[in-house]
Amino acid sequence: MPGGSSLYKSGTGMWMWVAHRTTGVAVFFFLLIHVTDTALVRVSPEAYNQVIGLYKNPFMGLVESGLVAAIIFHALNGLRIISVDVWEWANRHQNRLAWAVWILWIIAMAGFLPRHLGHVFGGE
Amino acid sequence: MSAPAVVPPRFRRPPHSRIHTEKWAWLFMRASGALLIVLIFTHLFVNLMTGNGISAIDFGFVAGKWANPLWKWWDAAMLVLAMIHGTNGMRLLVNDYARTRWVRRTLKSALAAAFTLVVVLGSLVIFTFDPCPEGAAATDLNAAVCASITHTATTSEAP
Ligand code: HEM
Repeated sequence: MPGGSSLYKSGTGMWMWVAHRTTGVAVFFFLLIHVTDTALVRVSPEAYNQVIGLYKNPFMGLVESGLVAAIIFHALNGLRIISVDVWEWANRHQNRLAWAVWILWIIAMAGFLPRHLGHVFGGE
Repeated sequence: MSAPAVVPPRFRRPPHSRIHTEKWAWLFMRASGALLIVLIFTHLFVNLMTGNGISAIDFGFVAGKWANPLWKWWDAAMLVLAMIHGTNGMRLLVNDYARTRWVRRTLKSALAAAFTLVVVLGSLVIFTFDPCPEGAAATDLNAAVCASITHTATTSEAP
């Protein structure tokens, strides 16, 4: 970061940190819900199928897309955090790595979204 | 004066404990994160990208996956690692934002309770799963899995 006086102070690093935190919290709460809905397989096949059916409606299809977007971002940015911590070169090129995170995120979402939304909206 | 050199970050949370809990927590976040990438990305790919994705998920789908012990252990590992990682992450947020000791304690107790409940419930569900419960409509079950189970049952009966 040439000329930057701080790694934080509303630079890229701070926004990546905010996004990392937000996505971590969102995924944590989803995990609590997701274990509970899966637990319905122990109640009865009907109960599970009924509730999992809710995930297949268009609105939930969009919510799921958001959650997948969140976890993929959190995972890629987590790798950036790890490498910045342990690897001198990565530490000096944090901003370049932040770009890499977003580019890889776009590629992953481009692979995921058409297929998932096709299942949700295409009705197959 | 020349620009200050960028010093590699050192861990800097107030050291509350004697046994370097925070250091291990820091390390765990990184180690579990690396493992979770493999566990979660595979989970998402197999469940949402292959076959008919979300449309194909129902009781029979779960029965099919958990017929294989590999997927049981895969899901159990994901459950435990993600819950420790996520709960510890939430603990860091509580440390950062909760202002009074009372709020901090209450939130941490809630986290501990949620952690215990979800890990116990999730593990029980995985390892006590019955793919062919009695009285269920045959159309809701995984025919192949149930056929292989009755098959083993009858063959093991015949001595
Ligand atoms: C997919 C792989 C994942 C990777 C690579 C990853 C990586 C990381 C890393 C490196 C941190 C920073 C830890 C620190 O500040 O000491 C972190 C924080 C966090 N993670 Fe993850 N994580 C992953 C999955 C998850 C999952 C599944 C959850 C939720 C259950 C989660 C929730 C959190 C939370 C709440 C934080 C705390 C955020 C903060 O302190 O700002 N992460 N993660």
